[in-house]
Amino acid sequence: MLENYLPIMIFLTVAFVLGGIVIGLGFLLGTSKPDDEKNSPYECGFEAFEDSRMKFDVRYYLVAILFIIFDLEIAFLFPWAVVLDQIGMVGFIAMMVFLGILVIGFIYEWKKGALEWE
Amino acid sequence: MEFLISLWEALPYELQYLIWTMIKIVAIVLPMMLLVAYYTYAERKIIGYMQVRVGPNRVGPKGWLQPIADALKLMFKEIIIPANANKLLFLMAPAITLAPALAAWAVFPFDEKLVFADINAGLLYILALTSVGVYGVIIGGWASNSKYAFLGTMRSAAQIVAYEIAMGFALVGVLVAAGSLNLGEIIRAQEGGIFSWFWLPLLPLFAVYVISGVAETNRAPFDVAEGESEIVAGFHVEYSGMAFAVYFLAEYANMILISALTAVMFFGGWLSPFQGWPVLGPLFDWVPGFFWLVIKTGFFMFLFLWLRATFPRYRYDQIMRLGWKVFIPITIVWIAVVGLAVVYQVPWWFD
Repeated sequence: MLENYLPIMIFLTVAFVLGGIVIGLGFLLGTSKPDDEKNSPYECGFEAFEDSRMKFDVRYYLVAILFIIFDLEIAFLFPWAVVLDQIGMVGFIAMMVFLGILVIGFIYEWKKGALEWE
Repeated sequence: MEFLISLWEALPYELQYLIWTMIKIVAIVLPMMLLVAYYTYAERKIIGYMQVRVGPNRVGPKGWLQPIADALKLMFKEIIIPANANKLLFLMAPAITLAPALAAWAVFPFDEKLVFADINAGLLYILALTSVGVYGVIIGGWASNSKYAFLGTMRSAAQIVAYEIAMGFALVGVLVAAGSLNLGEIIRAQEGGIFSWFWLPLLPLFAVYVISGVAETNRAPFDVAEGESEIVAGFHVEYSGMAFAVYFLAEYANMILISALTAVMFFGGWLSPFQGWPVLGPLFDWVPGFFWLVIKTGFFMFLFLWLRATFPRYRYDQIMRLGWKVFIPITIVWIAVVGLAVVYQVPWWFD
């Protein structure tokens, strides 16, 4: 069972190392003449001002939180989806109750305006 | 030759296994790289002709060597590391994006028996890996320590995350219909010609999946993350040379992956469209399954370019509205519909 996953682990390692090799190749072959102007952050020719890790809109946090909830929901749905033809109507209703509760939450956040981007 | 065989047999089993696995990995990754290279060429050519231009035609006959020239040029360019950047993360981020885009192919069934690792949880693995890709974007944009990169990161992370939910729900619909996580089993569940494939019973999910796929890869018309007219290039504005090339590679590899997955989950993968039909069925029996898969994948790859040439860019609030307020409700409703159809074993698809 688990030995099926060994080649996948090798593949993942190779893919990651490949990315490293390609970038390393770029360092090896490319020129390297850094100077202050070149290395300063790009701001359309202006001197960079203030800190670039600035405050940002709270809605991005909201999106992240909503994402976690719904992604978890998907994770719950996966095993249910695979065995649905065996658990039949009972399983279907059980999951619909669960989905229904989440949909109520979804409607609530919709009405509250968490999904608005004006 | 005999010497080589005896040498091979003298190797310990583990080493043989490792070498054999490596050969298989190279056999997947190398064609993938070539495909990416010529996909960029095809993109420029096709969009060129759609806009009544010729596209690249100088390097080699009809511009055939253009992608090679591009790759060589990028290789010899300086990789600039911005002064305030977090160096380690800055250089790691492209690799974090590329690795899942390539490794996702590990469970992909290219033909009836042609699959690198035939695991049970194939679809789950792919969903997990494609989710990792967003880390590369976030880390890269944050590590650059540049305002444009940061803004681009926020946008693209929020967008990818929003569409990932719609995509995940669409996948659940496919799972309900197929009853298995294994990609090969999903294809086998669609046997019986073009009208037995899942695109028909799962039509809304199919549409949601394809459009979410375009949004996931940050492609036009959903490419506000790199909107060149407002935030120049988004999260990879500080990347140059090969570091940039790796991001680029990952983006195109992801597009190919999404196309191929659409072909597998909604269009029957390696299955012939005429399977089981009276005259046409036997007539096309000799065509290898891989060929059908390539045609289907090619169509969706073309679709990506076609969309880019046709549609103007969406506004950001429109993108978020489409993802949250349209796609998620549609997918939830359709999961319930498909679930009912499976429970009652509605004929033709689910009996």
